[in-house]
Order: sequence, then C-alpha cells, then structure tokens
Amino acid sequence: MSWLTQLPSRRRRYRELSEEIQWHIDEKVDELVADGMPRDEATHAARREFGNLGLLEEKSRDVWAWLPIEDFLSDIHYGLRTLRKNPVFTTVALLTIAIGIGANTAVFTVLNSVLLKPLNYPKPEQLVSLHQVAPGAAGLADFENGLLLSPSMYFTYADHNRSFQSVGVWVPGSANVTGRAEPEQVRTVFVSDGVFQAFNVQPAVGRWLSSDDQVPHGPERVMLSYAYWQKRFGGTPAVVGQNITVDSRPREIVGVMPKGFEIVDADFDVVVPLAFERSNLPLAGFGFHGIARLKPGVTIAQANADIRRMLPIWMDSWSNGPGQDGHIYETWKITPTIRPLKDEVIGNVSELLWVVMATIGLVMLIACANVTNLFLVRAEARQQELAIRAALGAGWTRILRTLLVESLMLALLGGIVGIGLAYAGVHFLVATNLSNLPRLNEISLDARTVAFTFALSVMSGLLFGLFPALKCARAGNASALRTEGRTTSASRERHRARNLLVAGQVAVALVLLVSAGLMIRTFGALRNVDPGFSDPQHLQLLRISIPESLVKEPQQVTRIQNDIINQLAAIRGVKSAGFISEMPMEGFESGWDQIFAQDKFYPADTIPPLRLYKYLSPGVLQTVGTRLIAGRDLTWDEVYGVRPVVLLSENLAREMWGSPAAAIGKHVREIPSMPWHEVIGVVQDVRERGVQETAPEIVYWPPMVVGGFTGTRRTVTFVIHSERAGTESFLNEIRQAVWSVNSNLPLAAVRTMQGVYDESLARTSFTLVMLAIAGAMALTLGIIGIYGVMSYTVSQRKREIGIRLALGAQPGDVLQMILRQGMALALAGVAIGVGAAFGLTRLMSNLLFGVTAHDPLTFAGVSVLLVFVALLACYVPGRRAIRVDPVVALRYE
Amino acid sequence: MTKNTQRDLFPGALEMMILRTLKREPLHGYALAQHIKRTSDDLLQIEEGSLYPALQRLLKQNLVKAEWGTSSTNRRVRIYKLTPAGAKHLQHEVSSFERMLEGITRVLAPGES
Repeated sequence: MSWLTQLPSRRRRYRELSEEIQWHIDEKVDELVADGMPRDEATHAARREFGNLGLLEEKSRDVWAWLPIEDFLSDIHYGLRTLRKNPVFTTVALLTIAIGIGANTAVFTVLNSVLLKPLNYPKPEQLVSLHQVAPGAAGLADFENGLLLSPSMYFTYADHNRSFQSVGVWVPGSANVTGRAEPEQVRTVFVSDGVFQAFNVQPAVGRWLSSDDQVPHGPERVMLSYAYWQKRFGGTPAVVGQNITVDSRPREIVGVMPKGFEIVDADFDVVVPLAFERSNLPLAGFGFHGIARLKPGVTIAQANADIRRMLPIWMDSWSNGPGQDGHIYETWKITPTIRPLKDEVIGNVSELLWVVMATIGLVMLIACANVTNLFLVRAEARQQELAIRAALGAGWTRILRTLLVESLMLALLGGIVGIGLAYAGVHFLVATNLSNLPRLNEISLDARTVAFTFALSVMSGLLFGLFPALKCARAGNASALRTEGRTTSASRERHRARNLLVAGQVAVALVLLVSAGLMIRTFGALRNVDPGFSDPQHLQLLRISIPESLVKEPQQVTRIQNDIINQLAAIRGVKSAGFISEMPMEGFESGWDQIFAQDKFYPADTIPPLRLYKYLSPGVLQTVGTRLIAGRDLTWDEVYGVRPVVLLSENLAREMWGSPAAAIGKHVREIPSMPWHEVIGVVQDVRERGVQETAPEIVYWPPMVVGGFTGTRRTVTFVIHSERAGTESFLNEIRQAVWSVNSNLPLAAVRTMQGVYDESLARTSFTLVMLAIAGAMALTLGIIGIYGVMSYTVSQRKREIGIRLALGAQPGDVLQMILRQGMALALAGVAIGVGAAFGLTRLMSNLLFGVTAHDPLTFAGVSVLLVFVALLACYVPGRRAIRVDPVVALRYE
Repeated sequence: MTKNTQRDLFPGALEMMILRTLKREPLHGYALAQHIKRTSDDLLQIEEGSLYPALQRLLKQNLVKAEWGTSSTNRRVRIYKLTPAGAKHLQHEVSSFERMLEGITRVLAPGES
C-alpha cells in the first residue's frame, strides 16, 4: 500500500537522490583538487572511490520500489516496444498464432459442449439408456439401435426391477395438427409413464403427463415443447387446459416443458402419451427406446444383471399367441447392454471429434514451429543488443525473462484474437449445422473453453519463446559481441535447431495431408457407390400422413394416396410420381419382421432372420430409378384387389433361392394367418442407411396387406420426378394439388432426394472439410517454414556464395547446392512423416470407406506433392543465390 | 585495494556504523562517508557510494530522517539525523553484535579446546 501512496513523490525522491550523489562526487573532486591533484585525474579517482554509480543509484531507488511488479511492467513495456518496432514480424507471428489458437478453440468448444459437458438434466450420471442386443437374432445384428424394447418388456421391467428409480419407453414420431390456420405436421415424442419421472425436469407451465394419462381410451392429453408453445400459442400460461387437434382428435394441453428440453436426442413439438392396452400385449413389438434413472449407488453392471434376471419373467408372463412358447426368444440371446444416456445422445460422433481435435492440434504444433523459427531468426539479429544488455549488468535470468515475456505477450494477444475467430467459427458451425452434430444447441464458449485457450496460449508462448530465449541467453557472453563480424557465420548448432524444426513441420504436414487425402478418397468411394436410386436432385420428396381419426377405411386411405399421385403427376413438368413407406436415408424405418418361404422348412424352435419391410405404390420404383432385376412391377389392380403379391430385394432373392430369376413365382408370408404372397419382381439392392452401410434385405409389400401385423400404410413418402424439384413455384403447386384431394393433410419432410443424400454424407463431408482445412494450413505453414529457412540460409551464405562464384563455380552448381540442402530437409521430414502417418491413420480407420488406412496411392501422392512443393520453396531463394554479384557480396558490410 | 585483504561486511554492519556515527552528530552523506573512512583508518574497504542504498533503507525504516541544510561550501545538502527509533535500534544492534563478537572471539581464542 505504502508503495502506492508514495508513487507521486517517487519522482522527486529519485531526483533528489541523483542530486545528492552528484554533490558527493563534486565535493570529493574539489577536495582532491585542493590537495593538489589535477582535475581530470581527481574526477576519475572520485568515481573510483564511489563505486559503480549507475548500479548504486539503482539500488538506492530499488529500496522504494516493489520489485517484481516494476520489473514485470518494464518487461511488458519493453516487449510491447519491440513488438511495435517490428510490425512485419509481429503481424506474421500474431496471425499465425491467432489462426492456430482460434481453430483449436473452436474445435475444443464443440468437443467440450458435445462430449465433455454433462447432459442438461438433474443428476445426469444416474440416467441410462436401456440398450440391449440380440446376437442370436439373424438380420437384426446390423440394426443400429440394437434390440429396442417391446411394450411387454417395458411393463416387466417397470414392475419387477430392483435397480431403477423410474423407467419408461419413448419413440419419436410425427402427427398432424389441424384447426389452427394451415394444417401442419409436427414432431412428436410418444412417452410411457416413467419417462418424465426419470428426467426429473420440472415443466415450465402446468404439469407432467402422469400415469392417469396413460389409460387407453381415456381422456387424451398432450404436453408442448417450449418452442412450439412460443410459436403457436404466443407463450401464454393460459394454454393449460386448452385443446389442440392432434391427428384429428382434440387433446387437452396439460403442460409445457422448459426451453431446450429434449427427450434424449429428440427435439419435439408435442409429447403424446403412449397408453398401451396392457391386457393383450404380445412379447414382440420391439420398437421403443428405454430410459431409466438408476437408484443411487446402483452400477450399470448391477442393472444389467437385474435385466438378465427379468428376461425369463418377461418370457413367462406374455405370449405372441395361443400355443406359442415365449422361451423361443432364448435363441435370440438377448443381452442387456445398458449405457449412460450421454453415450446414447452423443452416438458415434466422439471418434470424429477427437480426430478433428488431434488434427487441429497438429496444425498448432506446425504454427508454433513456424513462430519459433521466426523468433530464432530474430533472436540472432538481436544477439548484439542482448550481449550489450548482459555486459551492462543484466543477469541472464533477467534477459530470459524479458524474452519470455515478449513471446508470452504475443501468444496471449494471439489467444485473444483467436477467441474472436473461434466465436465466429462456432457461430457459423451452429448456424449452418453442416456437421449434423448432436447437442448442437448446447454449443457455447464457456469458462472451460476460455481456460483451455489461456492454457494453450501460455503453452505455445513458452514453446516458441523458451527455445530461442534459452539459446540467446546462453549465447549472451562476450563472444556474441563479435558474431556479426565479417569473419564468422551462424553457428552450426543454431542451424541444426532450425533444420530440425523444418523437418518436423514437413513431417506433421505430411500426416495431416495423408489424413485429408484418405478422406478425399473415402468421399470419392462413397460417391461411386450405386445407392439404388438415380437423379436425386430431380426427386422431390414429401411425407403425408392420413390418421385413422380422419379417414377410417383402409381402402379409402389408398384411394386418397392414389388420387394424390394422379394430381401430382398432372403438374407441369412432372415425369412421374409414386409413394413408398420411406425413401432410403430418410431416417424413417417402417419396421422389420421375419419372412417364411413356402418351399422351405423352418424348425419350430428357431426364428427366421428379420427383414426390412417396405410398402410401395406401383410406378414408384421407376420414379426413384431403382432397377427391376427380374419380374415386373406392381399394378393398381393388384393393389385394389388386395392380391397377394410381393417384391424382394436382389440380395434377399439370392440368399433364399440363389438368383433373382429363381425367386419369381415363389411364395412367402409373414405369419401363418397371412395368405402366401407370390414374388412377382426382384429389385436392385438399396443402401437404406447411407452409402457406407451395407444394403439390407428388403421385402416390398403392396400398400394394403391383409393377414399380417401391419395393414395399410397411413404415413408414406411421395416421390415426384421433375426438373422443377425444389423450386418454390413447384412446391406451391404441389401443396395445391394435395389439398385439392383433402385440405386437412399437412406436408412434412419436404426436400429433394439430393438433400437427403447430402445429409447422410454430412458427417463424412464435415470430416473431409475439417481435415482439408487442416491439411491446407499445414501445407501453407510448411512451405513458409522451408522458404523462410532457405531464404535465411542464402542470405547468411551470401559472401560464401560470392567467393565460390568468384572462384569460378557455375551458377548451376550453386543452385544445386541450395536445392540439395533443402531437399535433404524435405526428404527427412517426409520419411519421418510417412512413418508417423502409418501409425496414426489407423486411428481414423472407422471414418474411412473403400480405402485402407495405409492406402499406398495416398501416401505416395502426398509425399510427391510435399517434395515438389518443398523443391519450389527452395528454388526461389536458390535463384536469388546465383544472382549474387561476387563484387557486391564481398564488399558487403 | 588488493583482493586478499578485502572483507565483505556482514549485512547490517554498514547501517550500524552509520547509525553510530549519526548518534554523535547529524551529518550529510559526504561527511558521513569521510568520517567512517577516517575513523576506521581505512581498514574497511567501503565504496563510498554504497552508503546511499544503506541510507535509503534506513530512511524507509524510519531509523534516520533527512533535513535540508547548507554545507560548508554553502550548497543545499541533506543532513541525516538519528530518530528515537534509530537510537533504540542501534542499541539493540550493538549489544547483539557484541555478543556475537564475544562468541567468535572465544572460539578463535587459542589453547582451550
């Protein structure tokens, strides 16, 4: 404190001190002169007697100063001045660091928000997803969600568990809301009792759906999401108790969930209770996601054991029908694999994010190497200055600190600019949703991000500051005063440091470019896969749902769908139209079940493999561009006549009868109560779940099927083949066409097939773009690194080159010498890089498709590219070297 | 000024001598330096300048105070004066120094061990 209050008087105190010391010396001189000594000799003697004037005066002043802060402030002051004095150096270094830190901060923000932050529910560590697998169920193994829960499973688990505070099932879906302006299709989540209790998030308004609302045929109630409440009801609390017409039935609104609340990863508009009819549930119906909140202290392993204990109870308590033994499901080997809810939400994105983070981290390393190089070069230029400072009495720690403060300041400035860049980048990412990431609305810069940026800045500042500073401080002896002389050149050791850095840069750049190259090859391979449809940019998709409450008669539903097709086909510019239960990659799956062939024998104690079931209209295959391999398409007469006909996918036909042609005329059915259906056509395989997934075996049913588990498809995707797909005028005409058939039908999921296809590749494209950016940055920084070092070397060796030329060396020889030196660096870097990439790319093999992690073409291509670029980067300074005029070079300085 | 005769003073020794000198009479810096040199018969090699950091330390601790006065050559100089706290401090320092000296002398005294 006293230090602060003294500040104003300090200046005076120092002045008086100088005055006093000066007087002391004057007095001494006068005395000596009086004793008969010549004046100049007396002056020397007085000074000698007094001691080191500057040092003693400083020491006297230091008594009043608070040293650490004062020194630090002066270091900062000095640092700022040197940075300002070298605008080019500062700008280049600052930009390099800022971009590096910005990219790292941006990616870390995403990583932190998506992977590291806990879920936004109370005590999220207790929440689990009731995931289970059934390795014994053929055809099911490749279902992404494992074996979902059936309603009877849910009731068994809810009644008999010992591990859960609450347990529930949910499934996303869609519904039509009418009676409020235009009809619209909304995103729904159907929930059982127990789901809200498990999340334990209080509603913003009103109350949760309770067990009273889960009574079949009881009063129908719904909850709204915050966003839908704001959008459609203006956020009024009076919404509780109002009615909303969902799927043509009035339902009472009982509450609104708070802002940002999602059910696992489902962003919804309306929550509808499931209301199962408990009395006659079968064992089957595996279509629901399970969620539970563990009791305190219960581990996942204990909960798994609990479920294993309950599975036999489930098989004993329910039945698929008279005379059927529930224990047939033992062959499925159902195994509970409960996992934290967070894993369910994040999905498979974590690997991708870590790869991107590692990549960007490597770019940061290259950036640091470049800045280190800049500092090294500059430190050499400052040798003399530092040597003088050392000679004037600055300790080596003080010099080291001065240099470090400078580099840290640069790094922190870079960090500040970097945070700005990161903020913009993250904003862009969230706004465009290019990446298709989960928890996107939770992405934000928080304290942890800022701490990360700060730590990164300090670390990189130390990294590129300490190295040159140590070198400088060590060299801060008397010999440094001579180094700029004519007779010496830079020490070998300093060359080695820079060469090492450049080779390292080339190596890291190679790793990044190989990763980017592998992603490019992956993307190419994916693009080359025949997805089972063609001309996607001219396929207009839209989904229409006809609820039972609007049209009861199944036959009538098909008629309306047929009328819609006719109206759509009549629009100008439409080649053809049709409907299908869902298009590939749309993310809807209508269901899957076993299929029996008439000419095959099935032992009673096995369940045949499960197949994907799809339902289609005549003509839709041709509209979509899915080829018929054998047989013929469905006709409308067969549809209305409910004729027992079916189409199969090529892989299914081959599996069952060896060839597509052999399948024609065979008969299949789902269950004994169903008539045998004749196979009339075989269709090419379709990549239903994205081009990187294998094509599933598919059974294509007519829209109306009798005797099976499913009757008429009420929700289908209409497909229109037209050059006008995606245009606004076209969409208007489509709406008018649909509403001319029935004005209560909302259009949902309106998009082109190209959009669906691109979205299915979004993750891959995102990875590709990120790695390509990282690779480009690495390449650029690497070139700058090589170029910088070679230019510097040439300028250092100017005199030597001049002598060589004067002694008769050919320019070609000199150029070759320079290139050889550069190439040695590049080749060493490439060799190290190839080795490193060989080990590292394996980590991203899950992101690759159609190319191995050690693809020789990519490795060779990238290596050649890097060597070529390095050659170019050496050539420019090389040209400059041979243009050295010996006379000028030797007269230099 | 030969190296082997030079002894570093222990910390606080210079301050003690300054305080002792100022106890006799207030002096300005130059006179203080001359007095210490003269009375020590040049046995102690003290840089005259080292007086000033020591004086600043004493000022800061309020053991001495400075007043503006006039020198014999009629120039404005600072006269240093012992404060009561300085006097007390000096007494304490001297007695503890004497104890230390006695201890050292006993150890150095020949014959007894």
